[in-house]
Formats: sequence, C-alpha cells, structure tokens
Amino acid sequence: MVRYILGRLLSAIPTLFLIITISFFLMRVAPGGPFDLERPLEAKVMENLNKMYNLDKSLWEQYIIYMKNVLQGDFGPSFFFRDFSINELFAQSLPISIQLGLSALTLALIVGGIMGVSAAIKQNRGVDYAVMTAATLGVTIPNFVVAPCLTLFLGVYLGWLPVGGWGGGAFVNVILPVVTLALPQIAVIARLTRGSMIEALRSNHVRTARAYGLSGYTIIVVHALRGAILPVVSYMGPAAAALLTGSVVIETIFGIPGIGRYFVQGALNRDYTLVMGTVVVVACFVIIFNLIVDVLYAALDPRVRFD
Amino acid sequence: MSVTSAEQSSAPVMGRSLWDDARDRLLANKAAVASMVVLTVVTLLSIFGPMLSPHQFDTVYRDYVKVPASLESYPRLDQIEPGFESVAKRARMKVESYAMVDDKITATVTSRRSISEKATRYFDRSDLFEGAVISNISADKKSATVTADVQRMHFYFGTDANGRDMMTRTLIAGRVSLTIGLLATFVAITIGLLYGTTSGYFGGKVDLIMMRVVDILYSLPFIFFVIMLVVFFGRNFVLMFIAVGAVEWLDMARIVRGQTLTIKRQEYVQAAEAMGVENTGILKRHVIPNTLGPVVVYMTLLVPKVILLESFLSFLGLGVQEPMTSWGVLISEGAKNLQGAFWMLFFPALFLTSTLFALNFIGDGLRDALDPKDR
Repeated sequence: MVRYILGRLLSAIPTLFLIITISFFLMRVAPGGPFDLERPLEAKVMENLNKMYNLDKSLWEQYIIYMKNVLQGDFGPSFFFRDFSINELFAQSLPISIQLGLSALTLALIVGGIMGVSAAIKQNRGVDYAVMTAATLGVTIPNFVVAPCLTLFLGVYLGWLPVGGWGGGAFVNVILPVVTLALPQIAVIARLTRGSMIEALRSNHVRTARAYGLSGYTIIVVHALRGAILPVVSYMGPAAAALLTGSVVIETIFGIPGIGRYFVQGALNRDYTLVMGTVVVVACFVIIFNLIVDVLYAALDPRVRFD
Repeated sequence: MSVTSAEQSSAPVMGRSLWDDARDRLLANKAAVASMVVLTVVTLLSIFGPMLSPHQFDTVYRDYVKVPASLESYPRLDQIEPGFESVAKRARMKVESYAMVDDKITATVTSRRSISEKATRYFDRSDLFEGAVISNISADKKSATVTADVQRMHFYFGTDANGRDMMTRTLIAGRVSLTIGLLATFVAITIGLLYGTTSGYFGGKVDLIMMRVVDILYSLPFIFFVIMLVVFFGRNFVLMFIAVGAVEWLDMARIVRGQTLTIKRQEYVQAAEAMGVENTGILKRHVIPNTLGPVVVYMTLLVPKVILLESFLSFLGLGVQEPMTSWGVLISEGAKNLQGAFWMLFFPALFLTSTLFALNFIGDGLRDALDPKDR
C-alpha cells in the first residue's frame, strides 16, 4: 500500500510538470501584459519593471527561471499585489478557503448522506419524493441566486447573521457561506446515496443480514451503507478539491479573503505568477484527493486491489 | 375469414425496435413529459416572445425605472397629471386648465415665450404621452390648447434599474442562454464522441496516450481555462462558447470510451472486421450509433451545466455584454437589486431554474428509458 501511494505520487510529478508548462505558455501567449495600464507607463519605468520581474529575458529563460524557483517552493513575487509574494498571499488565503471548504464538505456529507439514505429506505413514498425534489432544486438553483436570497432574509430582514466578511473565522460569519457552498453538494450527495442505497438494499448480502434478524440500524449502516457509499467517495475526490481551493462566487459575494478570487483577478490582470501559483495549488489538490479517493475505495471495497 | 387473411398477408406485423420501447417508457414518465412541455414553452417563448412583445429589449423608459411587476397598465392615474405638468415645464409652458377623458388629455397652456407647434415633441418624447397636438394658438402665441393621448404600457415582469422591460429582456436572455447551451454542448459532444471512440476502439498505446492527455487536462483548473479563453477571444461570446464546448468534452470522451470498449468486443463488430470493413466504416456504422444512448443522456445534463457556466461567467462580468443579456446577467443584476426590486431576480431566476429543472428531469427520464435495468 505504501508502495502504491509512493508510485502514484511519483507519477504525479510529470503530470504537474506538464500542467505548469502548459499554463505557463498559455498565460504568456495571451495578449496584454501585467503592466498595461490605461495610461501607459513611461518607457524607462517600464524597462525597469520588466527588468525587475525578468520580463526582458526570452520566454525560455523566464520559463527555466520560474521552474527553478518552483522546485525550491518559491512561486515568485506577485505582479499585481505589489510587495507581496505569492507564497505570502497563499499563506493568508489558503487556510481560509480550506476551512470553508472542509466545513461545507462535512455538512454536505452528513446532511446529504442522511437525506439519501432516508429517501432510499422510503423509496417511492413521500419522503423520497420530497428529498428528490429538494435535491433537484439544489442542483438547479445556482449559488449566486441562493447567496443573495439567504443574505437578504437571514442577514438583512431578520438580522441574525452578518451579511459578509470573514471576521477571523467567527462562527456566525461562517454559517452563510458554508451553507451556500454546501447546498449543491448536499443535493448531489443525496442523489448519489439514494441511487446506490436502493441497489444495496436489494443485494444478496443485505437480504442475508435481514434473514439473520439483525436490527435495522446494523443492516443499513454496517452492511448496506458500506457498499452504497462508494459512488459518493469517487464523487468526493474532484468535489473536495474544488471546494477546498475556494469558490470565486461565494468569496466574492460574502467578501471572504480566500484563494478563489485570485484566479479571476490574476488572469484578468495578467498576474502571471499569481495565476501559475493557483494553477499549481489546484492541480496538487486534485492529484492528492484523487489519490485519497483511490485509497479509500480500496479500504471500503475489498474487490479493489492495488496493482 | 378470407378478408382477415388477406389483411394479414398485406400488412406484416411491425417489429418493435428497442428505440420504440425506450420512447414508450419515456412517454410513461410523467415528470419527463411535463418537463418536455415546459422546455418547449420556454424555447418557443424565447424565440417568438421578443418579436411579439410591444417593447424592445434595449428600449429605456426613463419614466418607468424599477417599476414593479404587475398586470395593470402604466402610467398610473396619479402619475399622469404631475407627468404632464413636468413635461409642460420642460417645454416652458404653464398648465392653466387640465382635463382628462378616456386617456385623452386636453389642456390649455400659457407661456411667456411664443408657442410653436414643434413643442409637441416634448410630449411625444416622454414615455407617458403620444400623439400630442397643439392647436388654437392664440394671436400673440402666448397660449394654446394641447391634446395628447396617454400612452398605455404594460410591464408584466416590471422594469430594471434602467427602465427596460424585464419581460422582453428575460425572453431575449433565454434566447442567448439556450443558444449558448446548445452550441457548447454540440461542440463538446462532437469532440468527445470522436475522441472517445477513437481511443476506445484502437486501444493499446493509442488509448493509453489519449487518456493520459485527458487526465492531464482534467487536473488543469477549469476556471483557469475559461478565463484564458475570455482573454483570448475577448467579448465575442459565440466564439467563446465554442471554446467552452472544446473544454467540456473530457467527461464525454471518458463515457464514450467506456462504451466503445464493450461494443468493440461484440460479435457484430468482429463479424464486420472479419468481412474486411475498414476501421472508419466500423466506427461510423457500428460503434458510434451504439454509444448514442449515454451520449443523449449526458447531453441533457451538459446543457444545464453550460447555461450555469455562462451565468457564472456573466456573474463575474466576463460573459455577454450590454445591452445584450442572458439569464446569468439578469440574475446577477437582480441579486444586486434584490432589496426593493425582487422581481428583477425572480423572473429570470424562475426561467433559468425551470429550464434547468426540466432538462434534469428529461435527462433522468431518458436514462431510465434507455437503461431499464437501472430502475
């Protein structure tokens, strides 16, 4: 198992290398530069800036310099947020995004799982239809509709919760963004759990467990859920990576200083190093979570072997 | 007796294809049928609504900014007289007497300057009145009679912050959003289908390399791609969504590859190989048609995904540009004006959500219909 994980991590290196290369050149091919302002800078100032950020060198030299720095764990200085290095920016924002994402993920797993299981147990009855309708609504209503509605009702009219801001991660500040972020995930998880749970409840081993006269709780949680959770686990890989690396919409609406909004800002301002940094971080998360999912999968399903 | 046998010989019993079965199962699914009706209505409204609507989607009615959605006609009764007076003031006239009968206003006006008949344009330019006529101009040109009709207008969905009719805008936005959804999905499915069948059918090294490419593209953050596309193509949204389609094909390619792997081991494919049919022929005749089931299902789920993506981009201000609009643009504007003008969010969100709802139900229905053992 350790060998398997090591192998996977090793094979991630060429993937990461390719991703960095592709996005580096894509970014540079795009028209415009980081210092293009409405009123152009003086030629001398421009020259000095370019020299400072190595932009006067050829693309290949820049690429090699960047690669060297990345290997040493240095993502370089930001072009847009002067006086900040990318590492500093990420050190501030990434923990916030991770905290937000993890809370949303946990909430989604618990609520979605319970909803899905109860729908499957009461298949084709009121509970089932209610859960499925709620789930479809959750998938179809975009979160930039949900977020303003929730802020207006809970934040403005009722005044229970703050409408935005991070407040150092205070509990009341976190509720709205976490709920908004979790809603679509709850919907998907409920649907997935319901589908696989229905199948699991009909399978032979659950029938055997029933014949033994085991309690309903044991049958459902121990015997059926273990098989039924598999599709959820494989869905969670990419979903977790996406959640933990921040949501642009949520962070914009609630004014949270997370990593998600750097994507948009960075790409629009041609902040090369910032965009590259976010790309690398997201790619790392995707790779790691896919690995976690595969390991979990094998732990849950004995038929899957590492090879 | 002889008649029946003649009938039987002339009209052989039609066999039922699997597609017939699937169609019947789909039509038996009430949610799917209702969704198809909803989708058709939304599509027809989006196509023909803007043509039939009395308002243009980009006409600004400055007198009707953020008018709430209602069935009654505008201007309201208490709005007419002050409106008339303010227009008269702009024309440097003073209203001496004012009477309104059946939406027809007759007023005598005086002015310190000479009144000319050209002053009607002040009344016609206003959104409140039309067909203004100045008559009975007195000899010293200081007083006259103005008659004008009240211009009746309906804003069933209200108006936005610039005073544009929300109904026309919602419908024209539907056109844009649906077009974008279909366009990008079409591109994604074409690429995914070709890529997936090629990779799955040829197998071996080709498959390994092609799927490795897909894996790498998967780990590239999607939003990075999209924003780069915006940067490249500027604000040309048709080009952009062709490009978005060119990014969304990854899932499709995986699904089709999986299908192809099972199909290529079927006897009929082996028979075709044994008969010496060329690879392209086998792909065209046998493999691609048989992957269509999952492709159609995935398509109905991809269209809402793309519409949401467009909304998301518009929300960030990277999507369709004014005065053109899409559901995403309208929703993001509505979200900003939610307090005090909820109709600006409600109607576009209603249209978007019901479309997405319908597409999801149709997708589910199709999946159940095409794969009966999954139910």
